[in-house]
Amino acid sequence: MRENIYLPYQMKIERVTYEAPGVKTFMLKFINEEDREKFEFKAGQFGEYSVYGVGESTFCIASSPTRKGYIECTFRQTGRVTNALSNCEEGSIIGFRGPYGNVFPIEEWKGKNLLFIAGGIALPPMRCVIWNCLDLRENFRDVTIIYGARSVKDLVYKHELKDWELRKDVKLITTVDPGGESPDWRGEIGFVPTIVEKTAPSAKDTIAIVCGPPVMIKFTFPVLAKLGFSDDNIYTTLENRMKCGFGKCGRCNVGKVYVCKDGPVFTLAQLKDLPDEY
Amino acid sequence: MNIEKRFIRKDSLKKLFDALVAKNKVVYAPVTRNGKTSFRIVNDFSLISGDYIQTTQSSKEVTFPRTEKILDFEKNKDGIGVKPVDIQPVHESVIWGIRPCDAVGKGELGAIFNWDSKDEIFNARVAKTTLISFSCSRADEYCFCTSVGGNPGNTEGSDILLTLAGEGGDYLAEIITEKGGAVMAAAPELFEKDPGIEKDKYLASLPARFSHTEIRNKLDKFFESEEWARQSLRCIGCGACAYVCPTCACFDIQDESHGKSGSRVRCWDSCGFSLFTLHTSGHNPREVQSQRWRQRIMHKFSYMPERLSVYGCTGCGRCSRGCPVDMNLLEHLISIQEVTV
Repeated sequence: MRENIYLPYQMKIERVTYEAPGVKTFMLKFINEEDREKFEFKAGQFGEYSVYGVGESTFCIASSPTRKGYIECTFRQTGRVTNALSNCEEGSIIGFRGPYGNVFPIEEWKGKNLLFIAGGIALPPMRCVIWNCLDLRENFRDVTIIYGARSVKDLVYKHELKDWELRKDVKLITTVDPGGESPDWRGEIGFVPTIVEKTAPSAKDTIAIVCGPPVMIKFTFPVLAKLGFSDDNIYTTLENRMKCGFGKCGRCNVGKVYVCKDGPVFTLAQLKDLPDEY
Repeated sequence: MNIEKRFIRKDSLKKLFDALVAKNKVVYAPVTRNGKTSFRIVNDFSLISGDYIQTTQSSKEVTFPRTEKILDFEKNKDGIGVKPVDIQPVHESVIWGIRPCDAVGKGELGAIFNWDSKDEIFNARVAKTTLISFSCSRADEYCFCTSVGGNPGNTEGSDILLTLAGEGGDYLAEIITEKGGAVMAAAPELFEKDPGIEKDKYLASLPARFSHTEIRNKLDKFFESEEWARQSLRCIGCGACAYVCPTCACFDIQDESHGKSGSRVRCWDSCGFSLFTLHTSGHNPREVQSQRWRQRIMHKFSYMPERLSVYGCTGCGRCSRGCPVDMNLLEHLISIQEVTV
């Protein structure tokens, strides 16, 4: 435990990848050797990323814990801090505090089918767990990824989508909202919940992991219920505004549950116990 | 440590104060200016106000400053240098004249700052702070410590508790902790043998107005109640209640920079502010004032007792005294107890 819990690790931006309009991925390396060796995290956890002089912003760790020595984050340029981050170039130094929060119980999923459903900028929190599972591929049965965005240009991780498409051990379905397709688009056209319904993945021995904008989540859950998924087998991650990341600053709680400590990963069964405050 | 009882004469109080100042302690004490009584650093005993039921601000600033540096940064030719704030040079301080309810607040704040990861910046300040509390011989209509488990002569959280024993102006001194013992050691001749003072006789009478356990149980099923909107219709979301509260700990983290260097600071915030939970997307989980008022009450009387085993309220009544639109916490709690779900 660091004595000053607010002190970030110093990270060097090793690589910047343009993902989609306003969306970038940073590959970050620990400047301090000891920090890099000691640092451990698990899929689902998040951190506070900072530009000194501007402030901190909360997002997930988007790389897999199986890939050692660096972390990645993907963010959309929206507010003050993400704008400042977006202006950072390769070689710049930024701050990172974490990892915070709970994790996806990947160990418990061994021997099951995995169904990943993501929309838009919500693929990053899921990419961490997807790669984590793919790097331990022999432990899982069928892996299906359904990913949709508003338009073709809004799809993130385009290179990785190609990788997943080519892999024989992954079934990838991509979709864009009606009107968002390009002339050479070969994927599906339709909203994510519709495509889930059309694909009709089997609920038998399957864990569904769903991340996306609230409206997508809202319409996807009933589809999964219809397909026979139990609330205990559906996972999602919540986002709420945070400052500290460790249950003190007082703003991310949903009822008595702190998203930063008890989450961000929740099953649908747990979500149903929470008040409507997220 | 067993509580040790001693007796301090009226004219010894100043000598004790002077002894502490002579020992190089930073002494915070209540000073009244323009009708408001606040804790200020005082070197002169005659400036201390004796005639107050409660200070306008609590003393939490001493251990949890309104704005506090957590690190410094400086851009240089190699990139950026970051230095965590050095917590070692925090001064030994004494808070003189706080009420038992504020002393209880120290524990409630401590629970928030230490329930999971330990906030060493806060802890360093607490470790170097000694509380010399004064029991209450008077209370006003806003006070309700007895309804939340406290009392006007409560020793919890204090290092020394002084109780004014009658018109003569002499005090019963209860030495509660080792820190209190160190204060006594600074001027042992002033702490005389206790002649057998009956403390309770000199305390304010303040019958409990509600049952905190009953309220806590009720709140479990109260989230959707219409009472929240009814109570908070006139709330303007100014956050004054949080700023005067001895246990409100919600904070913001901001960067302040001047040219190439700057600091990251932690500053007081309030769940009553509309921007408190606003997402960048524009979505706000607590978008109306009644939801924010509900959060305030639920946090203090339901979530904190459940998660941290302490209430987030000491019954000091400051939020009600300070509210610009006269929202009265005591009345609202009573009405939560009385309303049928």
